Amino acid sequence: MVRCFLIHTVCPVSALSAGESRVLYSRVFGPDEESERTPEERRLLQKEKIAAVARQVRSAVSLTREASGRVLVELVPGDEALALQDADSGVVRLRAGDPFSEEMSVLWLGVQSLGFTMVCEPHENLLLAEGTLRNLTRHCLEHLHMLGQGSEVLLRSTRIDVLLSRLLPHGQLLFLNHRFAQTLEKDVAAYMAM
Amino acid sequence: MYSHSSESLIQQAREIQEPELQKFYSRLVKLLQGKELGHETVDSLQRLYLILSATKYTRMLPSDLQKRLRSLLLSQSEQLQVLSAAVLRETLPLSGQEPNYNQENPAQLNSHATALLISQAVTRTDLSFFCAQLLRCLEGRPSESPAHSLLYILPVLNTILTHNPKCLTEDHVTLVSKKLVDWLRYASIVQGGGASSGRFFTGPRSRQPLPIAELDGTVSGDFFTVLCVGQGFTEDQWMNVYSFSMLRHWLLTYHSVSNGNTTVDADDRSEVDGSVVSMVSATSSSSRVLPPKERLREKAFQYCQRLIEQSNRKAHKKTDTELQKACLVEAVYILDCVCVEDASLVYRTFPSIKALFGRLSSDLLYARVLLPIAQFCLNHGELAAVDCDSMWKLVFGRFPAELFSDPFLAHELLRFLRLNLENIQLRVSQYTHFFPNLLKFLAWDSPAVVDDFVDLLPSLVTPGTTVELLHTLLDLPCLSATLVLQLRSACLPISEPGSRSLACLDAFRHSSSRGLFLFLLRGEAGSGDTIERLDDLHKLLAEAADWPRVIHCAQTVPVLLHIFFNTVVMVADETLLAHLILVMLERSSLLFNIPTYIKEIHRVFSCHLLRLCKLHPSLIMYQSHELLEFAGTTANVYTKEELYTHVVWVLGEYLSVSCDSRCSVRLITSCFEALEAVLFEITSSAPPPGATCPAPRAINALMSALAKLASRSHDLIPRVSLFLSKLRTLTRGRSVPWCSDEEDLVAIVTRGEELWSLLKTPSIAQSVLTPPPHVITPQSHRDNNVAMPLGLRTLSILAQSQRH
Repeated sequence: MVRCFLIHTVCPVSALSAGESRVLYSRVFGPDEESERTPEERRLLQKEKIAAVARQVRSAVSLTREASGRVLVELVPGDEALALQDADSGVVRLRAGDPFSEEMSVLWLGVQSLGFTMVCEPHENLLLAEGTLRNLTRHCLEHLHMLGQGSEVLLRSTRIDVLLSRLLPHGQLLFLNHRFAQTLEKDVAAYMAM
Repeated sequence: MYSHSSESLIQQAREIQEPELQKFYSRLVKLLQGKELGHETVDSLQRLYLILSATKYTRMLPSDLQKRLRSLLLSQSEQLQVLSAAVLRETLPLSGQEPNYNQENPAQLNSHATALLISQAVTRTDLSFFCAQLLRCLEGRPSESPAHSLLYILPVLNTILTHNPKCLTEDHVTLVSKKLVDWLRYASIVQGGGASSGRFFTGPRSRQPLPIAELDGTVSGDFFTVLCVGQGFTEDQWMNVYSFSMLRHWLLTYHSVSNGNTTVDADDRSEVDGSVVSMVSATSSSSRVLPPKERLREKAFQYCQRLIEQSNRKAHKKTDTELQKACLVEAVYILDCVCVEDASLVYRTFPSIKALFGRLSSDLLYARVLLPIAQFCLNHGELAAVDCDSMWKLVFGRFPAELFSDPFLAHELLRFLRLNLENIQLRVSQYTHFFPNLLKFLAWDSPAVVDDFVDLLPSLVTPGTTVELLHTLLDLPCLSATLVLQLRSACLPISEPGSRSLACLDAFRHSSSRGLFLFLLRGEAGSGDTIERLDDLHKLLAEAADWPRVIHCAQTVPVLLHIFFNTVVMVADETLLAHLILVMLERSSLLFNIPTYIKEIHRVFSCHLLRLCKLHPSLIMYQSHELLEFAGTTANVYTKEELYTHVVWVLGEYLSVSCDSRCSVRLITSCFEALEAVLFEITSSAPPPGATCPAPRAINALMSALAKLASRSHDLIPRVSLFLSKLRTLTRGRSVPWCSDEEDLVAIVTRGEELWSLLKTPSIAQSVLTPPPHVITPQSHRDNNVAMPLGLRTLSILAQSQRH
């Protein structure tokens, strides 16, 4: 299962301190691990866990970019395919307890100033997860015009919800060949056109 | 990409004031009361979501708004379903309005409402109730429910059993097993309706339906799998995809513990089961009627075998090729799973796994597929009496050497090692010999994998590899630089006309220095602890000292050294530990010159030198010659202050007969003389040009060491006392060239005076300066005289508390 999917900043944000990351979209799948707390506490804890993941990925992205020495090229809408091809990618291991109760593998894609992150359970098929993450990222970039200066990722977040409900229903990774994927994507495109 | 407008939107959402918020709520309620819910409503709901989700502190919605939103969950418009679910997820249900899981009918809920319900489930019973309802739906297959609602049932089930496997009863498991068998093995083999309809599926058409096809275009000759294509798909073909997608998790959850036994080692099971059952199961068991669980296992086996065969076909599209790889990984993992459960399947599985290995082992693009095969070999190789040597040569040899820069392979390979460490140490004898290769992952991307190496490094520390491992760890930044050069050398042409080429890259390619780099790039241990021309290598790589990758690597080395030394004390004998001390002394001046690196390494050395000598005081005797030489070199005071101080300290502390009977008066005297000479030198003149004054700690350590040695060989006392009194007179009221700080000077002189007065009574001096062990370890509870009052006090406390 995928535990959560998030989109967050991996660039410096003026309002935040150096290592912090602004979470633009997050979606947690499945029931909550904590059952002995009040609902309010549970939500708070969940948000903090997501923030912790975002920080870890932010750090991983900046270290990777520093090490590879590549210079980020400014891209404009229309360059989505190039953005994806050029994206940095990697995986972070989260130890049990830090912050999830069991060990997790966090896959990330760094596209310009944003990170697309997927927290997977340890036994998950990471090849499939990687492909799914790339696919999701491509759709987000295209349908939400994320290479531009707009804020659709915040104001049209339901598009991401619908995308996830088709390609990653309830956190389930799917083995989709191109025909199955096409059918689902047509469905998504129909929703986006509304 | 992340614009100011986005940032300000978030700030606004976080900072919205209560009165404005209440106004917004009321306006929204009014909007929702209307018959038609248009764009304004949708935008307002979206804004509401933003306001609620932008902060981690929960905002409560007024009850009428909540109620309206709850009713929207079941709206016909998906947009409203999604929005209301998203909003309700960011707030809390009203007290008394929590969902009643026993009453919710999944057939009436859509995917988004279901997701919300699950995310709000608090107790296991909630989920169990809902699960039961869900499965009733599955069983019934009412034709009046919206057709696509069935599709999300399997993912929902999967997410529930991730958190609470016990939600499903034995009957439920049986029911689902039967359904999974149907969908996996008996899905329709004809194509669904027209492609352009945009609907999920249609029923069978009146005209002759086309058969499904393989990924390379040929007509499919066997049952439907995820690697089959068609113009459109039928419902059960969709369920085939969903079923396979959750199959492994299902098997792991409900099949790993069979018949209440704990998972047994494959070897043991083979002795009990294999010999009798294997003959029977060698042939296909489709004619036998198996119970549902076993039937699922059999069908899973068949499905995976088919996937392996299908993956051999050349797909037309790149995404399909990638899917084939993912399917291979999944198939092998599932086969491994079912073989663990039923060892008799190993004989039927191994031929295809072996063929797969043969097909893929030479193609590095399939490296990640070979890891599950390695897992399979590890778990079942012995049972099938297969020699997995070529497998391990690939996993430990070729993969790290050529694919060190693939972060996903690194993660998966290291994870494989971590999870199977015990087994690997048992079955793969050459595992520890491959440490130079494995460390390449670390040298390349230290921040990403250092955590894995914190877990793995102890397993690489064996008496045979210790010294070479220490050298390799110390030169890890050099390896990092070399790997960069290796990659660049492969990418760039031999001579780039007119461009600035790196000197180290030239050196890397040049025949005279290539050997140095090749040593670092070696794959296996055993060809030598380190190289003679290490200094040359460091010089050649000098310009790499500020490369970020090299710096990241250098930052992780101290941590690993700590782990190394902590492990070494448990596996090494005194001879080996003594050798390590020698290595530390030698390498202290032979480290790659990255600004803080050398200091950090010296600090680690100092710490562990101390620990080692504390644990084994006689180590001083083993390396007395080298330690004395180190301590007697004045330059070390200035260049390696930390390490020097510690060496001097351990000499003073442990060079005595009580620590090792081989210690002679002559040795103590020669040590004394060496230290005395250094102390004279550093306190008689200014430091050499370019060096700072010797640290007060070093001077104090020297004085204390001399005092300790003198207290053991009383002839030496006059010499120390003379020096100490001279020190007092020389420094009185005057500044000295070897100490710039007045406070430090005072501290030094005070210490000197203390030692001087202590040495006036030689017999006491020894006890004070080097207290015997029974004085410093607390033992008062063992001494009869001291223990009595303690014992009595304890008894009376106990007696009193009983009375109360």
